[in-house]
Amino acid sequence: MTDDIQYWIKVAQYTGASVSMGLGAIGAAIGEGHTAATANMAISRNPERGGEIFKNMLVGQAVAESAAIFSLVIAMVLLFSGEPLMKPITIWAFLGAGLCMGFGAIGSGIGAGYPGASACEGMARQPEAGRRLTTAMLIGSAVSQTTSIYALVIALILIFFDFSNMPFAPTWAALLGAGLSTGIAAFGPAIGEGLVAAACCEGIARNPSSATEVTNIMLLGQAVTETTGIYGLLVSFILLFKSFVPTDALAPAFALLSAGICMGLGAIGPGIGEGFTAKSTVSWIARNSSSRAELVRTMLVGQAVSESTGIYSFVIALILIFVI
Amino acid sequence: MAIEGADIVKAAAFLGAGISMGLGAIGPGVGEGMAAAKACEAIGKNPREAGLLTRTMLVGQAVTESTGIYSLVISLLLLFVV
Repeated sequence: MTDDIQYWIKVAQYTGASVSMGLGAIGAAIGEGHTAATANMAISRNPERGGEIFKNMLVGQAVAESAAIFSLVIAMVLLFSGEPLMKPITIWAFLGAGLCMGFGAIGSGIGAGYPGASACEGMARQPEAGRRLTTAMLIGSAVSQTTSIYALVIALILIFFDFSNMPFAPTWAALLGAGLSTGIAAFGPAIGEGLVAAACCEGIARNPSSATEVTNIMLLGQAVTETTGIYGLLVSFILLFKSFVPTDALAPAFALLSAGICMGLGAIGPGIGEGFTAKSTVSWIARNSSSRAELVRTMLVGQAVSESTGIYSFVIALILIFVI
Repeated sequence: MAIEGADIVKAAAFLGAGISMGLGAIGPGVGEGMAAAKACEAIGKNPREAGLLTRTMLVGQAVTESTGIYSLVISLLLLFVV
């Protein structure tokens, strides 16, 4: 019987590692491809600035790559962290870690590609704003990476924290749910934040004197966009560290798994939608800064409404964890 | 451990509640964001009509929200009634 469990732990290690790296590779590749494509268009538009644009493209791609590197790290750690005498709960922790990092890297990879592309385009259009564009690109894509860092943190906790003192059922479902919650929730906010950062770079290229103002509004918009990703992280932490009553029944376990799936999926839409809103606001403030107050107010109201479905998901997840 | 039929049914209801609310939240979130994005653009172009534009945005978003509320209702039904 103990041998059996060791085999299943190996299966979980390899499955988790492949899911982490396989899913994690999607986003960064798309984002970097988008950046490279736009950089080429920009160089053809303004070949004298080719060197500068090329350099900026590489920096932007490097940031987008980091999400895939997180996935690689988790996959490596998973491959080599099996030890003898591990408990069955580890199977689920490893699977959760792989799913968490795999899903969590997709959004950040795609999201960080947008500001990179937009900064390259801006350099061709407004060469003297080059330095400001690179700075705005780095700030914006760093914010877009945050959700993949949440996924990295949850995946590392799942791999290295010792859950063997907890009752196997329903903890297995809680661990899987914790991974899915942060992992899937990372997708929406990261893409939304990337769109906002792209609009910021575009705005600076259009009107370099508005750089400070546009960067500030970008950060405000990104902060609101981040909220649903933070709900996902919160649900994961509750699932990881709440103590559960041991039970053999399936229903309480599935309630915990379902809480993770609910919060994870529910965070995607509001994240992307709030990103659209902040993107338009930022790009119009660069064009027409006299109506800034109205634009920011409308942005916040629109984002608040867009947030509502994320809050419903959060409430349902909390009911599933605490009430059921 | 013996798994009873009623237990499986309950587990499926809980799982269904989570999936219903989770998937159901994607569409309204994206759609309402698009409505708000266009409202911001319109206000940027024509700031004098801000009141009218905000009102239209809110009504449009309220209609968009409806499918999210359907999902919420279904998942509450799955959790507490079924």
